[in-house]
Amino acid sequence: MNRINQKLEEDKKLLSIYFTAGYPSLNDTAQVIEDLEKSGVDMIEIGLPFSDPLADGPTIQESSTAALKNGMTTNVLFEQLKDIRKSVHIPLIIMGYFNPMMQYGVEAFCAKCQEIGIDGLIIPDLPVAEYHEHYQETFEKYGLINVFLITPQTSDERIRFIDSVSNGFIYMVSSASTTGAQSEFGDTQKQYFDRIDALQLKNPQIVGFGISNNETFRQATQTAKGAIIGSAFIKHLTNKGVDTIDSFIKEIR
Amino acid sequence: MKYQANEKGYYGDFGGAYIPEMLYPNVEELRTTYLDIMNEPSFKEEFNQLLKDYVGRPSPLYYAKRLSEKHNTKVYLKREDLNHTGAHKVNNTIGQILVAKKLGKNRIIAETGAGQHGVATATVCALMGIECIVYMGEIDIKRQAPNVARMKMLGAEVRPAKSGSKTLKDATNEAIRDWINNPVDTHYIIGSAIGPHPYPDMVTRFQSIISEEIKWQLKEKEGRENPDYVVACIGGGSNAAGTYYHFLDEPDVGIIAVEAAGKGVNSGESAATSQLGKEGIIHGCRTLLMQTPDGQITEPYSISAGLDYPGVGPLHSHLYKTGRGEFYSVTDDDAMTAGLELSQLEGIIPAIETSHALAIFNDKKFKADDIVVISLSGRGDKDLNTYIDYFKL
Repeated sequence: MNRINQKLEEDKKLLSIYFTAGYPSLNDTAQVIEDLEKSGVDMIEIGLPFSDPLADGPTIQESSTAALKNGMTTNVLFEQLKDIRKSVHIPLIIMGYFNPMMQYGVEAFCAKCQEIGIDGLIIPDLPVAEYHEHYQETFEKYGLINVFLITPQTSDERIRFIDSVSNGFIYMVSSASTTGAQSEFGDTQKQYFDRIDALQLKNPQIVGFGISNNETFRQATQTAKGAIIGSAFIKHLTNKGVDTIDSFIKEIR
Repeated sequence: MKYQANEKGYYGDFGGAYIPEMLYPNVEELRTTYLDIMNEPSFKEEFNQLLKDYVGRPSPLYYAKRLSEKHNTKVYLKREDLNHTGAHKVNNTIGQILVAKKLGKNRIIAETGAGQHGVATATVCALMGIECIVYMGEIDIKRQAPNVARMKMLGAEVRPAKSGSKTLKDATNEAIRDWINNPVDTHYIIGSAIGPHPYPDMVTRFQSIISEEIKWQLKEKEGRENPDYVVACIGGGSNAAGTYYHFLDEPDVGIIAVEAAGKGVNSGESAATSQLGKEGIIHGCRTLLMQTPDGQITEPYSISAGLDYPGVGPLHSHLYKTGRGEFYSVTDDDAMTAGLELSQLEGIIPAIETSHALAIFNDKKFKADDIVVISLSGRGDKDLNTYIDYFKL
């Protein structure tokens, strides 16, 4: 069984952390992953940086630009991760834009992920219809779970389609925004969380975008299975470096 | 028609809509309505009326006698430079502002590189009394100060794109991010035949007035609708798409695309996407784009800000791959020389983008009785400083 599915069966609210590979320094990637697991994080999204990350706000844009300047590439990331499964046991997901994966070769990329022990992919600009038609078979052949996003604007009908194509969890974008844009949740979000909860989807939902602290984590996970923190964690890395990851995580829950 | 986008927005292998889910409702709304809207009689009437009375269409098809003599062939110039705001860009912004109104949108965003599309968008927003925000790379804002001033005078807000390389591709990213953050009330007017489906097709259809007019104008002048060649410069490719549109399925019409070679195709400072690009995804569509082997989008270079884009519209990738279009690339130097030549032979100062198309005579020899129609996509007023610096005028 895929590590993501196993983790989703645990009777707890899951905390997932996104960070940009190769940031703050090129060779921080493996250390950040190990420290995140040690501090009790349930799942990690490893950001493969892209020159034009159009779904991301300034924090992740800047970390991506910095990581690319540091020399991060798809090959470098795979090299950094080649022994990661000797020390890390929680689910690992690569999150990135489709063009770098296309250039690597989608099948070769998936095969490499399986070899390393990557459990899933999140590709914001690969639409569900394209995936379903052209890539689903390949992803499944290499045991990868592909995670789709839904937003407050996504219709119930489309959410049901996305649910039918998904086999892990659904990434629930908290509000109409790029990453890192919100500071708190209001009534609109609560209504949206309740609407999704009432759909009784087969895949659990994990909320992302706008989770930055204990309060927003608690609100997001009232109905959802878990929450993802990205920009707030990157800001922590920018300001405090890689040595105090534990204290950041402990403040969340 | 063989060269039309299919219902999923593919031209052969190119096109589609590679967009984050956050954009899906907006793009889907547009995809499911744009053709119906464009076919409504009331829409057509308003569009045509504005093109006639406000833009000044039809634009003349001018027989360039001295240029023809110089190159020993028959050259006609399609005078898009005479449009209101000085380029073909306004054909599309008029169309899209009317679509936005039909969709009940009350806020417009746009990206711009040199500022021509930004000015054309700010113009139609002023005309319709709609809020307008134009994203422009921080570097371009400094390079194109007169167009920034024009947009401001027209009431638009110009927001600097400070991410990445701070030029057109980053301005496009910022506009897309704005649309993600404003999914209900906002329409994004893309300025070129790029972006997720239905944009390339919609922009092409609005620009297709260029080739529609060429057909009847040439019939009047030469007794035949089809020239032997149509020639246009290509950045993203909107003027080219409009110039080719009604000739795509006419095999006796040669289609010629001229890209910016910058300082030379292999100089490392070029924007010749068909030569240097590889298939990939940029701004929501699958097309040829300039990128590193690792799939990071690279920064192109051309003396002309309007051709300075690392991708090319999916229609053009298809024309290139199928061989339907002949692609040439012209250096900064050859384009500047061709711009000066037109100025002195015909009394027309072209935009530097257009000068690239005019340099086709260096690379392609036409027969004396060939009829060659060149899209004179824009006027050179905005480029005077560049011409002055280059020729030490």
